[in-house]
Amino acid sequence: MTAATQTGAAGFLARYEGLKDHLPGARKPWLNALRADAAAQFAARGFPTRRVEQWKYTDLAPLAQAGFAEPLTMVDGTIALPPALAAHRAVFVDGRFRADLSALDGLACRATGLAQQLADAEPHLGALARPDSEPLAALNTMLFEDGLFLDVPAGVDGGLLELVSVAVDPGRPFAFHPRHLLRLGAGARLTLIETAIGGGACLHNPVFEVDVAEGATLTHGRMLQEAATVFHLSTIYARIAAEGTYDNFTVAAGPRLTRNEIHAALTGPRAACHMNGAQMAAEGQHVDTTTSLDHAAPDCASRQTYKTVLAGRSRGVFQGKILVRREAQKTDGYQMNQALLLSEDAEIDSKPQLEIYADDVKCSHGATVGALDPDSLFYLRARGIPEAQAKAMLVEAFLHEAVETVTDDTLRGALTRALDAWWARQGAAA
Amino acid sequence: MLKIEGLTAEVDGKEILKGIDLEVPTGQVHAIMGPNGSGKSTLSYVLSGRDGYEVTGGTATLNGVDILAMEPEERAAAGLFLAFQYPVELPGVGNATFLRTALNAVRKGRGESELDAMQFLKVARQRMKMLSMSDDMLKRGVNVGFSGGEKKRNEILQMALLQPSMAILDETDSGLDIDALKIVADGVNAMRGPGFSALVITHYQRLLDYIVPDRVHVLIGGRIVKSGGAELAQELEAQGYGAVQAAA
Repeated sequence: MTAATQTGAAGFLARYEGLKDHLPGARKPWLNALRADAAAQFAARGFPTRRVEQWKYTDLAPLAQAGFAEPLTMVDGTIALPPALAAHRAVFVDGRFRADLSALDGLACRATGLAQQLADAEPHLGALARPDSEPLAALNTMLFEDGLFLDVPAGVDGGLLELVSVAVDPGRPFAFHPRHLLRLGAGARLTLIETAIGGGACLHNPVFEVDVAEGATLTHGRMLQEAATVFHLSTIYARIAAEGTYDNFTVAAGPRLTRNEIHAALTGPRAACHMNGAQMAAEGQHVDTTTSLDHAAPDCASRQTYKTVLAGRSRGVFQGKILVRREAQKTDGYQMNQALLLSEDAEIDSKPQLEIYADDVKCSHGATVGALDPDSLFYLRARGIPEAQAKAMLVEAFLHEAVETVTDDTLRGALTRALDAWWARQGAAA
Repeated sequence: MLKIEGLTAEVDGKEILKGIDLEVPTGQVHAIMGPNGSGKSTLSYVLSGRDGYEVTGGTATLNGVDILAMEPEERAAAGLFLAFQYPVELPGVGNATFLRTALNAVRKGRGESELDAMQFLKVARQRMKMLSMSDDMLKRGVNVGFSGGEKKRNEILQMALLQPSMAILDETDSGLDIDALKIVADGVNAMRGPGFSALVITHYQRLLDYIVPDRVHVLIGGRIVKSGGAELAQELEAQGYGAVQAAA
């Protein structure tokens, strides 16, 4: 059996063995050690099964059974890119940075491919990711080839930057594992708008290491819009220092399976983290948002609002853990997840989890699950609005509420279009 | 003209309307009065086509057309309007968007051209002024954060925009102070004319001081037990429903 046809964890490990002397940084002992360590972790644990608590509701068996191969050659030919949202964009094709497709001249900060910046990345790569607790981070560390290396120096406003990821179908199952390092110095600012598109039988397994220094603000909008053949499993590790803010808004609407996993740690006083999003699934799709928030310092605030819309036979998951450590007094935490089920065959699993060790905190959470409200529907229809249009208005209203908190106009516009595009596709399919 | 004959209906298997016969000729305003649980709201929901209200017998026609077989939106296009006792709040749906969508849906159903945003705003602002509504109410979510009076005025605004030939006002007076009541009544009275009829459903006579009906019907136990002129409302107010019930 060749490496390319071996399935599951064994297949990835075999490819790591075959590729390790050719991966970027293969001559750097520190990186080799990092990869070897991750490989050992992944070999020991493999893909998580549903017996693992954090994966109880999301089954990776279809993924573990497939035989993916990392594409070895650069894609050439024309790549269809989404319309530009900002003057600057970093484009990745199958996880590889493409300077030729990117537009980075004049950007006020450094943004480039990680593979060329490994020397500078050394102190930071692996500083936040936890391959020992997350097997997908181990898989990423073992096989990553490239990613976005973003460095906004202290005091600099980096403006608006797009991160575009395109998966180009090579006609056989393929996988890529980009590692993105986002670093903001003290008082720095940036808005990053990420779009993931493309198709094929694909595993897109990005890991982000996000380091927000004192008083810095990173706004990170994500639109995961790959085709319904794609497995999108992303893991974000964020560390937010005193008075810093990490603002994440994710729209997951497209892939066959999406896991949006975020680990955020508030490590200095008055740091803030906002994690919001809307995830949608239709027939045969699965969406999973799993967040873990670590309040490790006093006077920090966290806000989470997630909306899920499920149509057809689909499944949604929300798991949100908030840990408030003993020293994190005056924590202000809020978590809300709301699900709208448009079909009798849809299923949502919702698991909030609060662990509070400090005694002077304000922490609340809530969850709602329901179908479209019949009273609302009747009200609209009694005003002459046809049933299908009335339903569409109510679903749009549910989703648009999620983006109301986004203050950046460009980002809010892009997110709203992503939501509307998903809903329009449901209408076309119905 | 609304014509109801032998209408019976049930909710959750329980018969609520036990044979209603009622005619509201074009240009007239009729009132239906009755105690709680007499079937007043059921009648309004049956006529407007709400799910869960099952017609078991009889007919209802609007201008000669059978409305009971229609979807709620088709009834609206045919000229029927229900002002809700409890208008629904729709967070995330802008009031302006809602009003324009409804107006254009009804116009489309009636074979009229749709209004663009500017044309709509012009019409809406004119009607809102009559109802002492601020522009701000267009920008908010439908009925979200509206006071009881604002919600009812929003209902009357919808009626004024959709221009129905037959309006059913379901306890539109509930929760209104006297000033709001006058504004709402003025809004209804402004619609009165040869092409408009209304069925005003109310528990109290108070609203009928401001919207003076051509006829008053008393609904008790799912049947109309008495009909008369506007003076019947005063009689009921003075003597209570018990006297009518005993006499019937």
